[in-house]
Formats: sequence, C-alpha cells, structure tokens
Amino acid sequence: MPQRLTFGMPSSRRFGYGDLFVLLAIAGVLYLGLRFALTAPDEVRGPEIRLTWTALPGYAALSIGRMAAAYALSFLFTIVYGYVAAYNRRAEMVMMPLLDVLQSVPILSFLPVVLLSLSALLPEGVAAEFAAIVLIFTSQVWNMTFAWYQALTTISKDLREASAIFRFNRWLRLKWLELPFGAISLIWNSMMSWAGGWFFLMAAESYTVGERDFRLPGLGSFLQAAAGQGDLQALLLGIGALVLVVVALDQLVWRPLLAWADRFKLEMVEDQAPPTSWFYDLLSDSRLIQRLGASLAEWNERLDAWLIHRLKPLGMPETQSSQQWTLLSIGVIAALAAAVGYGGLLAGRMLLEVTPAQWLELGVGLGATFLRVVIAMAIALAWTIPVGVAIGSNQRLARWLQPVVQIAASVPATALFPAFLLIFLNLPNGLNIAAIVLMLTGTQWYLLFNVIAGALAIPQDLKHTAALLHLKPLARWRILTLPALFPYIVTGAITASGGAWNASIVAEYTEFGGQVRSVTGIGATISHATASGQYALLLAATLAMILAVIAINRLLWRRLYVLAEERFRME
Amino acid sequence: MNNSNTLVQLVNVEQRYSSGRRTFTAVENVNFTMAEGEFVALLGPSGCGKSTLLRIITGLQKPSGGRVLYRGQPLTGVNPHATIVFQTFALFPWFSVLENVEIALKARGLPPAVRLPRAMELIDRVGLDGFESAYPRELSGGMRQKVGFARAMAVEPELLCLDEPFSALDVLSAESLRSELIELWLEGKIPTKAILMVTHNIEEAIMLAGRIIVMDKGPGRIVADLSVDLPYPRQRNTPAFTALVDRVYALLAGQTQAEHIELGSAPGEPGTTRPLPQVSINNLTGLLEYLSEQEKGHADIYRLPERLGVDSDELLRLIEAAELLGFVHVSQGDVALTPLGDTFADASILARKNIFAVRIRRLPIFKWLITLLRASESRSLGWDVVRAALELEFPPDEAERQLDTIVDWGRYAEVLAYDDDKALITLEPEAGVLEKTGT
Repeated sequence: MPQRLTFGMPSSRRFGYGDLFVLLAIAGVLYLGLRFALTAPDEVRGPEIRLTWTALPGYAALSIGRMAAAYALSFLFTIVYGYVAAYNRRAEMVMMPLLDVLQSVPILSFLPVVLLSLSALLPEGVAAEFAAIVLIFTSQVWNMTFAWYQALTTISKDLREASAIFRFNRWLRLKWLELPFGAISLIWNSMMSWAGGWFFLMAAESYTVGERDFRLPGLGSFLQAAAGQGDLQALLLGIGALVLVVVALDQLVWRPLLAWADRFKLEMVEDQAPPTSWFYDLLSDSRLIQRLGASLAEWNERLDAWLIHRLKPLGMPETQSSQQWTLLSIGVIAALAAAVGYGGLLAGRMLLEVTPAQWLELGVGLGATFLRVVIAMAIALAWTIPVGVAIGSNQRLARWLQPVVQIAASVPATALFPAFLLIFLNLPNGLNIAAIVLMLTGTQWYLLFNVIAGALAIPQDLKHTAALLHLKPLARWRILTLPALFPYIVTGAITASGGAWNASIVAEYTEFGGQVRSVTGIGATISHATASGQYALLLAATLAMILAVIAINRLLWRRLYVLAEERFRME
Repeated sequence: MNNSNTLVQLVNVEQRYSSGRRTFTAVENVNFTMAEGEFVALLGPSGCGKSTLLRIITGLQKPSGGRVLYRGQPLTGVNPHATIVFQTFALFPWFSVLENVEIALKARGLPPAVRLPRAMELIDRVGLDGFESAYPRELSGGMRQKVGFARAMAVEPELLCLDEPFSALDVLSAESLRSELIELWLEGKIPTKAILMVTHNIEEAIMLAGRIIVMDKGPGRIVADLSVDLPYPRQRNTPAFTALVDRVYALLAGQTQAEHIELGSAPGEPGTTRPLPQVSINNLTGLLEYLSEQEKGHADIYRLPERLGVDSDELLRLIEAAELLGFVHVSQGDVALTPLGDTFADASILARKNIFAVRIRRLPIFKWLITLLRASESRSLGWDVVRAALELEFPPDEAERQLDTIVDWGRYAEVLAYDDDKALITLEPEAGVLEKTGT
C-alpha cells in the first residue's frame, strides 16, 4: 500500500475569523444541546445483553445496520456539502473553516452532550440509537467531504473546458466528470471512515454513565457485558465475530469497489499492480449480474435522455467577482452571524457558572490526558518505526505481514477496551495502564501503515547510494531512512494523536462490573460532569478539550506537516 | 462586413484582469473576422494571449471589453457551433476511445442508434479502428490526439478550433497528424466550415493555414495579418516557404532598438518594466557559441530551430535575452553577434561569469533589486518581499516567474545568492572587493 493513509490533511490556512465563527458555533450548539439535557431523564435503563453465540448474528446485524445508516448519511452529506462549497465562493468562506475545525475535533467528546440532549427529546431506545448514528456520522463525514471538495476543486482545467465545449449539463457533469474524478479518493476515504466508524460505534454502543445506561444491543455492548461478567469465552467469541464482520465487509464490499474503481484513476500510464478482488472477478463473470447490468444500462439511457432534455448545458464555472451579493445571501449571513453570536453569548454565560476550583480541575485533567497521549504516542513511535522499516524494506516480509497487520488493525480499539480492563484493572494503577494501552491500540496502526508505506517508497537508487557510501547503520538512519520517512510519520502521527484524544473519553472513566473507576483526566471530567449533571462543567470540559486539540493541531502538527511537504517530499 | 459567410467577428475585444489594485491587460484592441472556408492560424509567442482569444471566440471565457459576433449574432455562453481540440487532449481517462467520442454526441441528445455508427465512423476516419475499446492511457500521444480530433469532428461543428494540437506530440506523430488533418480539410471529408488553429510554431502555421494572424505580447495584440498563398502539399524547403518563415521571424524577433528602449524602466518607475525572457543560461551560451562558429557571427533566424534543435518559441526567447544583454543584434530576421557577444562566446567559464555580471547589472530590474538589497541591513531580502514588490509591475504568476529568472541569472553571475531553506535572496560581495563574510 504505497500511499499515505490519513484522515483530513491539515490545510495551510491561517487561523481567521472563519475559525472564530466556527468555534462560537460549536459552543452555541453544545449549549443548545445542554439546554435540552436539563430535562433529560435521570435514569435510563439499558437493554438486556444476552451472552450466547446464537445472539451474536443479530447483534452483528444491528451494528452493521447502524454503520450503514451513518455511512449513507455521510455520503449524502459529503456530496451536497462538498458540491456547494466547491461551486459557491461565499459559502466556501464559511464551509471550509467549519470542515477544517470539525475534522480535527475529538468527536467522542460530543457523545455525552448528544446522548443527553437526544434522550430528552426522543424516547429512550430511539435516542441512543440516534445518538450512535449521529456520532458515527460526525466521525466519518469530514474527511470524505474534504476529499470530495478537493476533487471538485482540482479537476483540471482542460477537462472542465472539454465538458463545457461538449455541452454537458449539470447531471452529465456530475456523472461523467466530477464523480469519476473523485471516485478513487472518495472510496479510499470511505474505507478509512468506515474503519474509523467502528471505533465510535463500539464506544457508543457501550456507553453508560451514572444512572443512565445508554447501551444499545450490538457487538460493542456484547463485548462490554462479556468482560464485565468475566465471561472469557463470550469475549473471545465477540471479538471473533467482530473481526469476521470487518474482514467480510472488506472482502465483499470495499475490495471489489476498489478493483472496479481502478478505471477512474487519473494517471495516464498503465498500473503495474492494479487492485484486484476475487469477489469482483466472480461478480463480473456472473451471468445474472451481466443481465442485470444490461437492463440497468437501458434505464440509465432513459434517465440520461430525460435529463439531457430537461437541463441546459453549462458553461465554465463562474469565478470570483462574477458572483453578486444578493439581498438574500446578505440576510442569510447576517441571521447566521446573529444566531451564532447569541448562542456563543449564552454558552459564555453558562461558563461563568464554572467555579475556579473546577477550572483548576479542568486544567489538571487536560495536562494528565496530554501526558497519556504523549506516552502512548512515544511508545507507538518507538516500536512502529523499526518494525515498519523492517517490514517495508523486505518485500517478501511485507507481502506476508501486511494482511496480518491489516486484520489486527481492523479491530477497533474500543472493542478491546473491556478486555484490557479485565487484564489490567487489578494491577496497581490499572486504569491508567488500560487507558494508555487503549490509546496505543487506537493509534499505532496508522503509524505502522504509514511507516511501511514510507519504507516501501524509498527509491532504490538512494538505497544503492547509501550502500555504496558504506554508511554505518546509524548514519544510514540519520541520512536516508528518517528523512525519507518523515512525511509518512507526520501524517500517521496526526491521525494517531486525534485517535488518542478520542480514546480518553472512554478510557479515563469506566463502569466495570458494577463499579465506577476513574483516573484524573479531561475525559474523566467530561464523564463525571455527565454523570452528576454538572452541565456547565460538561460544557467547559468539552470546549476545553476541543480547543486543546485544535491548538495542538495548529501549533505542532500543521507546522510539521508543512515542513514535511516542503523539505522531505520525494516527488 | 456582414457577408452571409462571415462566421466570427471580433470587435475591439480586450481581456483585462485585476490583481489587488492593479489591472493587467492580457489582450487588447483585437479586431478580426473569419469567414467560411478559411483555415486561420493564430500565431505568437507564449504569453501573447492567443489561447485567451480562442477561449473568447468559443465562448468559454467572456471578454472584459468589446464584442464577439458569431454569424452576426452576439455570442452568449459557450458557442454551440464550435468545438476544440486541446493541446493536452482533454480526454476523459475513465472512458474508452469509443465512449470518449460517443459522449460528445450523447450530450447533444442523440439516441444510441444515431450516435454509435457516427462515433464508429469518425474513429475509423482518423485511423483508430480496432482501438475502440482501448482506454486513453493505453494509447500513444499521437493516437490520443486522434481521439481528440474524432471527438471534436463527431459533433460536426461549423468552427473547429485547435489549441496547440500538435505541440505535446513527438516530432513524427505531429508531422503525420498534420498531413492527415490537411487531407481531411482539403478533401472536404469533414463538414467543418472553418478551422482556427492556435500555435506558437511558425513553420506549422505556414504549413497548414491559409491565413496567419500574428500576435505579440506585452500586451497581447495583433501585429500582422498575412495570407499564405502556397499550394498544398507545402514543401518546407521551397524558396517561397522559407521567405515566409523568414518574414514571420522578422516580425516576431523585431529589430534591436536603441539601448534605453530595449532596457525599459525599473519596477515602480514610469514606463514599462521589461520582463526578463525565461531562458536557461546553458541554452543562451549554446546559442552564442553556435553563432560564433558562423561566418561573421551571423545567421538567419528561421534556420536556427532546425540547427539548434529548439522550437521557435524558445528560440525567440533566447534571442530576446541575448539582445537584452547586448550580445546580439537583430535586424530583419537576421541575428548577428556583437563584439561583446563574440568575446563572451570565446571566454573561459569564469570570464563569462564576469561579463554576464557586468551586463545584468545594467538591467533596470537588477539595478532596482540591488539597490533594494543594499538598503537592507543584512544585504538580503525574503523571496516573498521581493515578489510582492514585483507584483506592482507584473501579475502574480508572472512576478513569480520573473523572480525565478532574476535569481537564476543572478546566481550564475554570482551577483546574488539564494538560500532556499530560508527563502532569502542575498547580495554577493562585488567582485574586486575582497571581503570575507561569515555565515
């Protein structure tokens, strides 16, 4: 896999009014959610989870259903949002900062607010169901939207001109130009979003806090219940089922999609090793599918013909000044600004209720969580770089190990967390260890993937040169390997760090076997505040975490990323 | 002028665009008409706005001033009677050869029963039968462009526009594609009423077109409108042909002017700043060395592309640079080494650098930059600072290119140093002043 995996690239955009607007809007929305939460029921009864293997298929189906619903929502949102942002300059001014901030926000920190507010608005089971889907949606959608927006804005000018001169209308442009152009990037990002979605699904399915049990019947709650009751057999069964589901979806959905989408690649050279899929080959050889395809083509022709007569051909997309400010757009922007300002104000007023002691607690919590993230990242870097390079510089080892790594990585860390608790909770400082192990599991795979990809991408001539110069191992690392890996490590680390912050929500406060355990940390503060109904503190903690992560992104990762792009790119 | 067979008419067309507070002119005061049956070449150096003009004529771009008429009617939106063959082919990589041609027909609402045979026939006509199901990436450049032609001709346009259609091809493919095009056109095998070709290649224009509209840059404008009355197939080495090539080169290479006119003014001062032609020092040296081997250091410009293996566009830029530096003198399509140029060609590597340094220090744009650098305490300025200053005189991307060239020349002459990490331009200590600077 010689490409870098990443969720959302940090853009080189500077912090601007757009970001301020976005942060105020987030604060306002959180505030609104908490206003609803005031009327949330004090007690929420969770479902009964059956720990038999016969129950597993049902639970698996429910989990897949939630994922599919959230993904469908994400896809629709992606197409519409990206399209509007790419073709409407003024909307773009607000929509891109929003996307930029939202994709770096630790989504899991929203979970308590979303659950509380929805449970006040909707009946019990429905609220948690909805919250899970909303949460997965918010975890999946941003990088997909960003990819689609980027595809739309990077379509080459000559293809755009050809589309205009050959009189494509809006429908044809979407179908023949824009979707094909963005297809591969959309599919890759969908795959990553889908993989990331499991992490949040597991967390959402097994979230309980205080008297409120927000669990949902599914694989996540199955694993949690199994670990809680110390039922090792059920735990293994659950993890096995999860791996099976993840691998099956990969083989039956994503790989065939990738193989099919190979035709959409933009390079004008033949690929040495195009993606293949046995299932895709099976499908394309099937008579039934061929017949289905033929009748689909007929409908497709009719639809196209109908739309060609309905929609007028487009010219070139309008640029900058040609779009006029209309009264409507000014009105919409003014109303939006007013609403956001008002929301921000109310949120600010709520924050005044937070006592100095609580602010202190918040600060200490942030520091503690930051330390855990740093430790987890350090451990991950320490082992993934040597191992990744070893795998990446040995083609045979790489071919053999990559599937293994992929399966290991496919298990969402949150699914393993109950197992970690079972193992570590009885040790001194057990929850601390479990929390760091959870962060580590959530982060190391991105790093490993990227390091392997980076090692595979080191040009052969540079390796030969290093050999000819008789570089000692240490010098070889310093002069060749580390600089070559740098962009890959940075991209992996950006994603990894985001994942680690998310993990803190689940890891720092937990109810296990009927007992509440927690360690100092911002995640624990968020959960505590949720449990005890201290909504001002919950708002403050959630905002503090979001701001901290955004600050780290801007101050550290963005700079490293720019450095990596400018100094250490091989191409 | 409103003959029934007039296709395109441009009246006082101009294209301006603004960057910051400055307005730059891409094309100004363009007037011409094109009638049915004409094969017109728009010829000019890069940056003269000929591609912009093509986009204005096809309606892809709206001019900022003037009128565009098609068959006497003002053009609104994309011209439905025109198609383009693109320099970069602009084929959809995810469609096969057949589909690429077919979608152009489908978008016009033709049913499969009509469009399929027509697409097949066009593919056949350009000689690509057997490759219908191939994807563009499987084809060579020449074959890709054949698909481009098939697609453009399939919709039976009245006006076929060619945007540098052969310049991305290798020499042999370009040559064979040119003769195939002229065959299709002459034998009336295509329903096209007129062809408009944009090119920077002088010989190509004379090979193909019946009329050549010559454009020049700074700002983009029409400088000549020549008709070519040579019979087809045209032979390159006939006297009539070379005479015409010579004439066009003379038009484009101009005449060496008095020095103050050649040099122009410094950025920020009244008058136009002469942009530096983008050439590599290596090629410039190569040109001067070649000239010094000729009798009296003298050559016909039109003969040079073949001898030197460069295309006409680059040759004109090289000559412009040599002229600006005082190494050559240009007159009536001939180029001659000046005594200085002769000395340069014979000099050692170090001596060349010295001569070059002396010459560029005379250029207003270098004088201006050196003054700026001297005024700064560390004798250095950030790249962005200088570029921003240049943007007062040039559009942003041209400012970037100018600075690239300035730094490239300055580094060669050891007048400037550039640190890429810090993006810092530094003034080198002047030759003769022996001072050691620390890091």
